[in-house]
Amino acid sequence: MIAQMAFWPLLSIITFLPAAGAILIMLARMSQRGEDAGYDKGVKLLALLVTLLTFVISLAAFAAFDPNDPQYQLTENIPWAFGASYRMGVDSMAMTLVLLTTFLMPICILASWVIEKQVSSYMVLFLILETLMIGVFCAQDIILFYLFFEAGLIPMFILIGVWGGERRVYAAFKFFLYTLLGSILMLVAIVAMIAIAGTSGIPELTAFAQEGGFSENLQIWLWLAFFASFAVKMPMWPVHTWLPDAHVEAPTAASVVLAAILLKMGGYGFLRFSLPMFPDASVYFTPFVFVLSVIAIVWASLVAFRQLDMKKLIAYSSVAHMGFVTMGIFAGTMQGVQGAIFQMLSHGIISGALFLCVGVVYDRAHTREIAYYGGLVNRMPVYAAIFLLFTMGNVGLPGTSGFPGEILTMVGTFQVNAWVAAGACLGVILSAAYALTLYRKVAFGVIENPKLNTMADLDAREWVQFIPLIIATLIMGLAPSLVLDYTHESAATIVEQFKGAAP
Amino acid sequence: MMGPVQDLLHSLPYARPELLLAGFALIAAILGAWTGEKGFGLISTLAVLVLVAAGGIAILDRPSAPVEIFQGSLVIDGVGVFAKALIAFAAAATLALGADHFNATREKRFEFPVLMVLAVLGMFVMVSAQDLISLYVGVELQSLCAYVLAAWRRDDAHSSEAGLKYFVLSALASGLLLYGASFVYGFTGSIRFDAIAAAVSQGAGGVGLIFGLVLMLCALGFKMSAAPFHMWTPDVYEGAPTPVTAFFAAAPKIAAVALMIRVLYEPFAALESQWTQVVVALSAISMVWGSFGALMQTNLKRLMAYSSITNMGFALMGVASGLEEGPSATLLYLSLYVPATIGIFALIISMRRAGESAETIGDLAGLARKRPWMAALFTMLLFSLAGIPPFAGFFGKLLVFQAAISADMPWLAVLGGVAAVVAPGYYLRLLASIWFTAPAAPMQGPSVAVMTTATAAAALSFPVLVLALGALERWADWAVGRSF
Repeated sequence: MIAQMAFWPLLSIITFLPAAGAILIMLARMSQRGEDAGYDKGVKLLALLVTLLTFVISLAAFAAFDPNDPQYQLTENIPWAFGASYRMGVDSMAMTLVLLTTFLMPICILASWVIEKQVSSYMVLFLILETLMIGVFCAQDIILFYLFFEAGLIPMFILIGVWGGERRVYAAFKFFLYTLLGSILMLVAIVAMIAIAGTSGIPELTAFAQEGGFSENLQIWLWLAFFASFAVKMPMWPVHTWLPDAHVEAPTAASVVLAAILLKMGGYGFLRFSLPMFPDASVYFTPFVFVLSVIAIVWASLVAFRQLDMKKLIAYSSVAHMGFVTMGIFAGTMQGVQGAIFQMLSHGIISGALFLCVGVVYDRAHTREIAYYGGLVNRMPVYAAIFLLFTMGNVGLPGTSGFPGEILTMVGTFQVNAWVAAGACLGVILSAAYALTLYRKVAFGVIENPKLNTMADLDAREWVQFIPLIIATLIMGLAPSLVLDYTHESAATIVEQFKGAAP
Repeated sequence: MMGPVQDLLHSLPYARPELLLAGFALIAAILGAWTGEKGFGLISTLAVLVLVAAGGIAILDRPSAPVEIFQGSLVIDGVGVFAKALIAFAAAATLALGADHFNATREKRFEFPVLMVLAVLGMFVMVSAQDLISLYVGVELQSLCAYVLAAWRRDDAHSSEAGLKYFVLSALASGLLLYGASFVYGFTGSIRFDAIAAAVSQGAGGVGLIFGLVLMLCALGFKMSAAPFHMWTPDVYEGAPTPVTAFFAAAPKIAAVALMIRVLYEPFAALESQWTQVVVALSAISMVWGSFGALMQTNLKRLMAYSSITNMGFALMGVASGLEEGPSATLLYLSLYVPATIGIFALIISMRRAGESAETIGDLAGLARKRPWMAALFTMLLFSLAGIPPFAGFFGKLLVFQAAISADMPWLAVLGGVAAVVAPGYYLRLLASIWFTAPAAPMQGPSVAVMTTATAAAALSFPVLVLALGALERWADWAVGRSF
C-alpha cells in the first residue's frame, strides 16, 4: 500500500491542501454578511480540520519515504516558465521539517481559538502561510524555493499588523522590510547562479557546484548574498533586532509559527545552499560565523536575563539557541550538522510550547509583564508543571529534547575549534540562569497580585494543544536516535559535499 | 518597386486595426455632436468594443515576417503586434472605467471616448513607425489627445493646471525629439530606419549623430516618464481625473517603451555601446528616484506616479542590457505591470464617499473590515507592483534582473534590488491603512465595471498568470524574434 502511495503527488497535496482550505473559507466569506459567532466557530473548525488532514497526509508521506536512501524522494517535476520548473522533492532533513510544520499547525489553530476579530481573514492567512512554509522545504527548483520563501512574508506581515499587540504596525513593517532586504540580495545571487550554471534545479546546481563550477571568488560573493538572507531569517547577531519586536507584537499562534518554523528556514537554507553549493566560501567564512554564533549565544542570553516581558525573553533565548544551530552547521562535522538539525526540530517544539505557555496566561490576564505574575503554581498547578517541563527543555536538561541538540553541536564544534565550543558552553549556563529565573518569578512564591486569584487552570482545549508537544519533547529527549537515524543520510550527504571541496 | 497605387492597395489590409480606429473616431465625433450627452454611454461602449477588436485584429493578422507598408513608413512585426495588443486592451479597460466614472459624476461628454481612441491610434503608429516622420506624427497624435484628456475638468483648477503643465513640458520634449531627429537626418542623409541603420553601421555620423540620438532618447524618456525626465508626472497624475490617470499610467508607457526599443534596436543597433550607457542611466535613476520619492507621498495618485517611475526604471533594465533578449524582458515586464496598475486605479476610482473620490492613503482606512474582497484584491495587486512573489510583478523583476546579470551588469541588478526593498515601504503604507486601521466613514459600493476590472487584473497578477506564464514568455520571445 505504501508503495502505491508513492505514485500520488503527495508533496503537492500536503503543500496545497491548506491553500485549498483557505480558498474555501474565502468563498464562504463572500456569501456571509456581518459578524456572527457561530459562523466564526465553523471557520475555526474547518481550518482545524484542514490542518489535521494535512498532518495525516504528511504522515503518509513520512511512511512512503525511505530514510536510508540519500536521494531526493517523492519527486514531482512539471516544466514551467523561464527555464524554471515546478519541482518538488524531499530528503530526510526536509521531510522532518515538513512534518514539524504540519504537526504544529493544528496546535496553532487551536491556540487561535481565542481570536474574535476578522476570524475568516485570520484563518485564510494562516492556511496560506502553512502552504508557503511547506513549499519552502519541498521546493527542488531554486526559483520555486525563492517564491515560497519570500511569499511567506505577506501573510505574516498582515497577521502581525492586524492581530498583534500595541506596537504591531511598527513590528510588522520592521519584520517585512528587514527580511526583504536580505532576500532581495539572495535573488540577485540566484539569478547569477542560474545564468552561470544554466539550470535552476537545486540538485543540478549542487552537482554543478561540486564539480567546481563556481570559482572561489564568485563563491564568496554568492555566499554573502545568501548569508544576508538566511542570517536575517535565522536570526543571527547583529541582524536579529526584528525578532524581539515581531515576537512580542505577534498574536500567540503567529509567534509559535515564527519561532518554530520560519526561523528554521534560515538553518535549512544554510544546509541546503551555503554548505553544498559554496563549500570553499563556507570554509573561508567559518571563523566569521563562529564568532557571530558565540556572540549570539552569550550576548542574547545576557540580554534575555534582563527582560521584563515574557515573550521578549523567549525571543532572545531563541536567538541564543539559533546560535548553536549556526555553530553546528558551520563546524561541518557529522555531529555538528546532525546536532543542528536536531536542535532546529527540538527548538521548534520547545519554543513553540513556551510561546503557547505565555499565551495561556496572556489570554487570562492580558499582559506579558513578568512582574505582574508570581505564585501561579498555587492557582494553576497543571500549567506550572507543563511550563516547568518546557523551561527545562529550553535549558537543555537531559531527558528533554533540548539536550541532544546542544551537546551534539558542541561536540561537533569541539573537533574543529575548542575555544568556540567553550564559549558556547557559557551559553548553556546562562540559559539555565535566565530560564529558571523566569520560571521562579512567574510560577513560584506566594500570590502577591490579587488579580491572579481568579486565574483558572488549563481548560480542555489547552490540554489538547500541549499534550502532543509534551510527548514529542520527551520522546526526542529520551530516544534521540529515532530522529538522528532518520536524518543520518542527508546529514552525511551534506557533510560529504562540504568536506569534498574543503582543502 | 511598387507604384503608389499598388503600394496603397497592398498596405491597406495590413493596416486594418488603424483604419478601424480612425474610422470609428471620425464617425463617433459626428454621432456625438449629434446626440450630445445621451450618446455618451453608447459611444463609450462602442469604443471599448472597437479597441478590443483592434487589438484582436492585430493579433489575428500577425505576419510571420516583418511587412513594410505605406512605402516603408510603417512596419507590421512582432514587437508592434505585441505592443498594439497590450495598448488596445489597456486602453479598453481604462476607457470602460472612465465611462463608468464620468457617468457617475455626470460629466458625460462624448469627446472622452473619441479622444481615447485617437490617442490609441497615435500609439499604434508610434509602435510601428519605420521612419522619423511617422514616429513624430504618432507621438504627437498621442500627446495632443493626452493634453486634452488631462485638462478634462475645465472648471477645476487642478485639472487645467495638469493639462497646461503637461502641454508645455511635453511640447518641449517634442521639440527635443524633432531637433534630435533633424541631427540624425543630417548626419545619415535619410529618415528611413533601414537607411539610417545602413549608414550607421558604415560609421556615418560621429558625435553629431550621437547628439541626435541622445536628444531623441531624452524625449522618449520624457514620454514614458523615466527619471530625470519625470518632473511632470506627479502633478499631471494628481490633477487629471482618475480614469485619465489610469490611462496615462498604462497605455502611453507601453507605446513609448516599444518605440524606444524599435529606435534603439533598428536604426541604431550598431551604436549599442553608446546608447546602453544612456538607458542604464535612465533605468538606474528612475528606480532610485521613483522609489525614494514615493516614500514622502500621501496622495494616492502622486504615489502611483512615483510607482510608475520606479517601474519604468525596472522595465528599462531589460533594454539597458543591450542584449537580444533584453526587449522581450522589457515587454514582458510591461505586460505584467500594466494589469496590476490598472487594477489598482480601478479600486481607487471605486472608493467614493458622497461623490468624492479617495485622494489620500488615509481614505483607504479599514477597507479590510468593510470590504474584505476588495481588500484582498488591493493586497494582491499592490504586492504584484512591489514585486513580491508569487505575484506577477516578481516574475517581471526576475526577468530584468536576468537580463542585467547576463549583460555583466550585476551592480545594476543590485541597485534594482535596493529599489525593490525601498518601494515596498510605500506599498506597505497603503496596506497598513487598508488592514491595520479602523474604518473611516462608510463608502459607496463599487460598480460592476470596477469590480470586474479589478478582479480580472488580480487574476492576471496571480492565478491565471502562473498557468499562462510559459505561454506569455513564448509570445514575447516570438514577438522580438519576428522583428529585428
